[in-house]
Amino acid sequence: MKAMVYRGPYKVRVEEKDVPAIEHPNDAIIRVTLAAICGSDLHLYHGMMPDTRVGHTFGHEFIGVVEQVGSSVQNLKPGDRVMVPFNVYCGSCYFCARGLYSNCHNVNPNATAVGGIYGYSHTCGGYDGGQAEFVRVPFADVGPSLIPDWMDDEDALLCTDALATGYFGAQLGDIVEGDTVVVFGAGPVGLFAAKSAWFMGAGRVIVIDHLEYRLEKAREFAHAETFNFAEHKDIVVEMKKATGYLGADVVIDAVGAEADGNFIQHVTSAKLKLQGGSPVALNWAIDSVRKGGTVSVMGAYGPMFSAVKFGDALNKGLTLNMNQCPAKRQWPRLFEHIKNGHLKPNDIVTHRIPLEHIAEGYHIFSAKLDNVIKPLIVPSAG
Amino acid sequence: MTYTARKPPLARSSDQLRAQIPGWGVDLDPADRPAFPQERYDPDATGAHWDFPERQTAHGFRERSIEHEFLPPVFGTSAPLHGVSGAVRRFAYARFSEARAAHWLLLLGADRIDSTGAHLRSLATLRPDNPISETGIRAELTHHGLSSRRGNRVDTRHQWIDPVLVAGPWVVGATIAVKAARRIARTKARATDPA
Ligand SMILES: [Zn+2]
Ligand SMILES: [Zn+2]
Repeated sequence: MKAMVYRGPYKVRVEEKDVPAIEHPNDAIIRVTLAAICGSDLHLYHGMMPDTRVGHTFGHEFIGVVEQVGSSVQNLKPGDRVMVPFNVYCGSCYFCARGLYSNCHNVNPNATAVGGIYGYSHTCGGYDGGQAEFVRVPFADVGPSLIPDWMDDEDALLCTDALATGYFGAQLGDIVEGDTVVVFGAGPVGLFAAKSAWFMGAGRVIVIDHLEYRLEKAREFAHAETFNFAEHKDIVVEMKKATGYLGADVVIDAVGAEADGNFIQHVTSAKLKLQGGSPVALNWAIDSVRKGGTVSVMGAYGPMFSAVKFGDALNKGLTLNMNQCPAKRQWPRLFEHIKNGHLKPNDIVTHRIPLEHIAEGYHIFSAKLDNVIKPLIVPSAG
Repeated sequence: MTYTARKPPLARSSDQLRAQIPGWGVDLDPADRPAFPQERYDPDATGAHWDFPERQTAHGFRERSIEHEFLPPVFGTSAPLHGVSGAVRRFAYARFSEARAAHWLLLLGADRIDSTGAHLRSLATLRPDNPISETGIRAELTHHGLSSRRGNRVDTRHQWIDPVLVAGPWVVGATIAVKAARRIARTKARATDPA
């Protein structure tokens, strides 16, 4: 089969690989019909995530058709059209039993601080991902769901991570009616978080980025007020001014490890890999939220330390909520929102790239060419 | 406001927002938010029909964090350990917990050894690493490389570092190789020079 493989920082190519095999009785093999590149894949692509090996296939956002199932699989059969949450999880450990699917303890030998994620380095379990023609899906009775008949492939795909994570981010903000919600980052997760904040009764939603075309999308898709931080000397002061010097009730960090805006922070982390992530956005979040407010962290950070302004968080009495999203937990409610027309997830899709051209896809997304927001990957055999 | 007990007023009332924004307030009731609070004990909700999963067979050595009591029942099988990078990774896993910076720095170092080794090995194959096709740099021509960078973008201020980081090691390597070759040639010339 054809699969994207990592060759080293900033280098990927398509190679011929063996079709994955059933390795556990509850495995399924899925023929991928649609995949995506995620902002967090860029951390791998840039070589920032420890234990990212040459030959590894990325891709934690994919949907497909069941090709083969293991002997203990009860809920799926070949031919089923399924969506697969980006989390690999067992459904039965201490954490899964409590709904913490992204923190599963039974699927990642390489680390206890993070669960299993498809195509996200050995630090996340060493599972090959879905930017390929076929993928192995462990715990087929737990993770995948049948795609509802009425749902678009692209919408289903976006539920596997970006939409679920954005919506989860708004939930972790614990928004109450009339709250002012600031979202750092107008990428897919930020756009969905901003949109979801309204569902939870936000009185005001402000989105911050430096890419003008993404801010335009935030105004149009997420009905948000926007600020371009590159046009302001100090975005924290702008947020204070915009909120009557109170600060926002809730701030969502939808940027994560490669935040821009501080040259030193960015270069020491994204370029020189000396930090687990550039906490520029997180520090802005901590300083922009009001005292007693809530910061919800959705951006991905690596396992190394980051220079976070912890004193401010303490002295302001903040609540910091964060986790990788347990994607499937969000699905029933998200399906209702999509069905009721509260949002159309694939409004944010900008590029549909054949698997053969995935190297260009990574470059476009990484260098933010061509007004890219969300690039999808289409395997030819799909 | 702020300096008094009142909250700064909002521009739009809830009724206005409900009228103007699709889906406004549909999840106002926390009961409609499926993942907050995050922890909810509901072991029957997952579809798992086992107390502890059957164990996947490990083919050969499978590294694991020393913060795990044993090898978890299910694991990924992409890119098993091999060569020098494999030895470094094995050491990082065997010796240091996830709490130690050394663990992660060794793994990052192994990543660089791995990709450098793979690159060198590829030169001896029918499909050597191709810096043009594998970096996707052609997209600069087909997807508005120049015009995309117009405007107030802060990432363009450091994008110049990317080619330096990617090409830099090869330029340095080539320079060292050329210098070494010259020195050898000169030494030989001197050795054969009768003067
Ligand atoms: Zn993702
Ligand atoms: Zn589990």
